[in-house]
Amino acid sequence: MILADGSVNGVELGVVIFFFLVVSVGGFLAAKWRRGPNLHSLDEWGLGGRGFGTVVTWFLLGGDLYTAYTFVAVPAAMFATGAVSGFFAVPYTIVAYPIIFIFMPRMWSVAHRNGYVTVADFVRGRYDSRGLALAVAVTGILATMPYIALQLVGIQAVLDTMGLGGSGNWFVRDLPLIIAFAVLAAYTYSSGLRAPALIAFVKDLLIYIVIIVAIIYVGAKIGFGDMFTAAKTKMTTPTPTGAATGTFITNDSSYWAYGTLAFGSALALFMYPHAMTAVLSSRSRAVIRRNAAILPAYSLMLALLALLGFAAIANKTSVFGQDGTANAQLAVPHLFQQLFPSWFAGVCFAAIGIGALVPAAIMSIAAANLFTRNIYREFIKRDASPKHEAQVGKIVSLIVKFGALVFALGLDRQNAINFQLLGGVWILQTILSIVAGLYTRWFHRWALLIGWAVGMVYGTVVAYQQQVPNAKVKLVNGEPVTTVDGMRHFGSSLAKFPFTDQKVYIAVTALLLNIIVATVLTIVLRAIKAPAGVDATAADQYHSDAPDERVLVTARRETAGAEPDSPASGGR
Amino acid sequence: MTTNPTPAGSGEGGAPSTRPLPAATKVAVGVLLAIPLVALALVPTYSHETPALWGFPFFYWYQLLWVILTPLFTWSAYLVIARARRGGR
Repeated sequence: MILADGSVNGVELGVVIFFFLVVSVGGFLAAKWRRGPNLHSLDEWGLGGRGFGTVVTWFLLGGDLYTAYTFVAVPAAMFATGAVSGFFAVPYTIVAYPIIFIFMPRMWSVAHRNGYVTVADFVRGRYDSRGLALAVAVTGILATMPYIALQLVGIQAVLDTMGLGGSGNWFVRDLPLIIAFAVLAAYTYSSGLRAPALIAFVKDLLIYIVIIVAIIYVGAKIGFGDMFTAAKTKMTTPTPTGAATGTFITNDSSYWAYGTLAFGSALALFMYPHAMTAVLSSRSRAVIRRNAAILPAYSLMLALLALLGFAAIANKTSVFGQDGTANAQLAVPHLFQQLFPSWFAGVCFAAIGIGALVPAAIMSIAAANLFTRNIYREFIKRDASPKHEAQVGKIVSLIVKFGALVFALGLDRQNAINFQLLGGVWILQTILSIVAGLYTRWFHRWALLIGWAVGMVYGTVVAYQQQVPNAKVKLVNGEPVTTVDGMRHFGSSLAKFPFTDQKVYIAVTALLLNIIVATVLTIVLRAIKAPAGVDATAADQYHSDAPDERVLVTARRETAGAEPDSPASGGR
Repeated sequence: MTTNPTPAGSGEGGAPSTRPLPAATKVAVGVLLAIPLVALALVPTYSHETPALWGFPFFYWYQLLWVILTPLFTWSAYLVIARARRGGR
């Protein structure tokens, strides 16, 4: 039974602290791993010297894209409302890879040839537009902040389950989170991207062990048939308002929602600065293509984790937290606590916790890269030396993490989750400048900027308009009692597609509008011969398909002393 | 060694290594990558409970199946590109 009396589980806490110490030591030692002469440039600090091979990139991207939030929130969504809000993550993380297989190698080539650290660098060079680059950079930073905060929400769920989230003094309650984050900030500062790259190994090992054990347990103890039956019963049971609780299997009214959530999120995924950072830190195009082929192994894990949300339904897991309020994010941590002995539950919680720290580190580095390259150097100090840039980047990474901490501690959890959905709406609006730019320079820079602005405003306004009842379920004398306190905005990432009754992901509607505006304006601007700027990239820089010798030689020179490691050519 | 042995034919000029892929290769790669996208985009085709497999409704096991199949398609696409590149030697 779940304890709601605020007592701390010592065994679980001990195991979690042990793993936390291991990765912290690793994080600080990472500064010495495959390092170049110094960390005094953004290439070294923010991209790990651009020398990561297939295996490191795999762990880095895996650590980056499959976050604690995914491991907590996706099953939580499955637990609460079923397939449309939760299981869409499975097709989403499958279709993402064929898509990146196509365009990411081009991005890698052009970025490597021109020394681009961020996508905004590319947009700046391709379109000769500081404004458009600024728009891309600001969007990236904006969308990343709540994402980092959400990692903290994942850690909070684990701490709460272990008995550390009880009421009382807020400082004592949040102290574990603050300590964990301060240590993370310290080693990110000193080691840069190498720290999360190294810790990602530990994280993935733990996560794989946890998920394999959990699925075997669920299969044996609950049975998959019973699990789905319980989920179906819950999802098809009407709520007091008469609507179905959730979706067990998509139907006429949710096909488009499911499909657009999956494809919209897949397109957005690699627009996030942290995903781009991991890609640009890889050694060659072949590394990216191989990773596109092998990364879906994580999606299998994600799918199995998602199903744990259903397992929690079948297992009648209570989701009431230390404060007595129902919180679906607690479904999986509580399920682990129910199913497993304390020591293994501790391993599970360590996995979730470390799974939050790795992406939080990469995201803060990515946001720092964007700020330093595309705002600081572009608009504040144009003659910044590489050393100065790296220093600014380090400090900004601290500020970003501090901001996320304030975000996570200060805002209502439900709000943070909705801002993340909004993050997806925002980041998708940069795709036209970035991906279309990889193939054609047909779009006019001003048209792209206005299209972006229209998409941003439309998406934000429509998301704001999605009101849902602000309901809270509290445990009063052992009975759940629902209280509704008005309506709240940003209640859903789905809205009716204009002139239809079909609900679709707002990000996709906004992107369509963005594309229409950019296309029409491009035709107009080209007709009146508006200045298109000078393209700083050359056609042959986009498709150097073999590992490029000149680039490799330069990269090797920069990371002198790195482990000799030949880039594979061909299908090995 | 610090760099890969230069592939035969891609001399210091580097021309072969920066050459775009042949059209046939591009088409093959495009088809291989499009198959999983189409299979998952057609949501109504897999929104069924039956046939169930080991207790998993069709909707769920079909998508799990594509988690396993998609890497095979992407890996094949990778091999096709790698072969085309070797053919250029």
